[in-house]
Amino acid sequence: MSLVELPTATVASSRRLLAGRGLPFLRGTGVVGHVSAFVLFCALLVAVFGATIAPHDPDLTNLSFAFVGRFQNHYLGFDSQGRDLLSRLLAGARSAILGPLAVVLLSMLFGTALAIATAWKGGRFDTIVSAALDVLFAFPAIVLAIIASVVIEPGLKAASLALAIAYTPYIARVLRSAALRERSRDYIAALEVQGLRAWVICVRHLGRNMVPLIVAQGTILFGYAMVDLAAISFLGLGVQPPQADWGVMVSTGQSGVLQGYPMESLCAGLCIVVVVIAVNLLGERLSDRSNLVTR
Amino acid sequence: MLRFVLRRSIMLVVTLFVASFAIYTAMYLAPGNPIAALTGGRTPTPQAIQVLEERYHLNDPFLLRYARWLGNALTGDLGVSIPLRSDVSTLIRQRIGTTVQLVAFASLIIVVVGIALGVLGGLRRGVVDNVVIVLSTLSAAVPSFVASIILLSVFAVNLGWFPVLGGGDGFLDQVRHLTLPAFALAFSSIALVARITRAAVRDEMGREHVQTAISRGIPYPLIIRRHVMRNAAIPITTIVGITVASLFAASAVVERAFTLNGIGAYLIQAALSKDIAVVQGISLVIVAVFVVVNAIVDFLYATLDPRVSLGASAS
Repeated sequence: MSLVELPTATVASSRRLLAGRGLPFLRGTGVVGHVSAFVLFCALLVAVFGATIAPHDPDLTNLSFAFVGRFQNHYLGFDSQGRDLLSRLLAGARSAILGPLAVVLLSMLFGTALAIATAWKGGRFDTIVSAALDVLFAFPAIVLAIIASVVIEPGLKAASLALAIAYTPYIARVLRSAALRERSRDYIAALEVQGLRAWVICVRHLGRNMVPLIVAQGTILFGYAMVDLAAISFLGLGVQPPQADWGVMVSTGQSGVLQGYPMESLCAGLCIVVVVIAVNLLGERLSDRSNLVTR
Repeated sequence: MLRFVLRRSIMLVVTLFVASFAIYTAMYLAPGNPIAALTGGRTPTPQAIQVLEERYHLNDPFLLRYARWLGNALTGDLGVSIPLRSDVSTLIRQRIGTTVQLVAFASLIIVVVGIALGVLGGLRRGVVDNVVIVLSTLSAAVPSFVASIILLSVFAVNLGWFPVLGGGDGFLDQVRHLTLPAFALAFSSIALVARITRAAVRDEMGREHVQTAISRGIPYPLIIRRHVMRNAAIPITTIVGITVASLFAASAVVERAFTLNGIGAYLIQAALSKDIAVVQGISLVIVAVFVVVNAIVDFLYATLDPRVSLGASAS
């Protein structure tokens, strides 16, 4: 659909949205989008530098401090092993945020490549790949991760790989229909007539025009990846204790919850919830924006 | 319609077949030696090894073993758990009731609360709608295991309204034991259903035939029931179906958090202790349920929206 066919109200509002003030790559996402992006930027900083800025050693146990609350410069107190909670939260951000990031990058890579290839080639190739992806749909992400933990070994790598594979069909399906829409456009035909090679058209033109949608889908996927990966770590099949990780901390803190000391679980849970809210809000705004741009 | 059902059923069987092959192959490739698991670390005599190999068909070619496993699975026999020396089917049968009850309870909560919130937000613009949006944004971001911890901490430990762990006996006691887990499981899905419902109701309210009905003075409740909800039911059914199908896998997390004795928690336990036959069996059951429920959703979808099956038979 070209812009001309849109009702005038939509055109006006989309123009206003896109002309709005803001950072170049966040233009049109509004205040909510900018605030969410800021929260995510901070989370990313913590993920990268968390272990270095942690005030105490996150793995240093001292059983006589078990479940002690706020004390001197231990602002959040201690966990069941007497480890400094704040330091563990900071150190645990790394696997909790960089893990899902790896999952998103992998499945966006697989999904985009499959989507563009099937949309471009069509025919039997499209049928076979789509059928294979339909079978993959039958595996819930968690089940695939559990199987991977048995076949490979429990850990962040196996879990991330399993999730990346589990999400690929969802991404491929959404992007394939967008790629099909894009492929039927006149400019693609014009480029073909000019004799450009297929992969040049796919990467430089078709792929580039899908970037807003790819970014939006990737952002939304990040929220799912973060929740699922933390759930797998919570189950004991992802990041292995004693390594600090938000999902692991919710699980190890559970004994404290039952004894009336819920700080560890609640803090780790809250970190996950805050990041996921920011991701969801930003993803929603980006996806609204990409709908306006691609139409 | 018949052709659509037939085509979808064939797809269902093929998917199940390929999925079962994938599960079996993955578990076949898993590291670990069944003989070592059977003998518990002791060094067996060559005769003992031979007996074990024959009893568990360890030396048969891969495809034959797969075919035997699948054939038995179709008759309800999922093999033997080597560490426990007992039937996987029996182990699953003892536990699946808890999981089904939990999923059913959670589905009920999702349908009632999710649709109610969505319809409220869709029909009443302004404050009510904003509250619904904020609530659903919040609850969408709370994963089931975090919800479990919060509910445990507040309602079981601090207030003492609900039991902390376990399954309970008798119907009322079971409901009491499953209330917190069911809400934990339902929490983030409520937001999804509420959001889709709200969008669907809003879409239908803006349609010309609804506007016409309003301007003709047809009673409001009748318009909502006959024109808005009937059409909005299509996306709502789809999202509820997909959500319920995924709950079977997701319940593993909640069962583990509340130490419920369901198949999800058992799957995790089996994965941790490398009990291959049990992981195979439960994965197959969960995948089968997921695929079958999704197929049922597609059938319902075709019944609610005749265009789907018409389009399918035209192509």
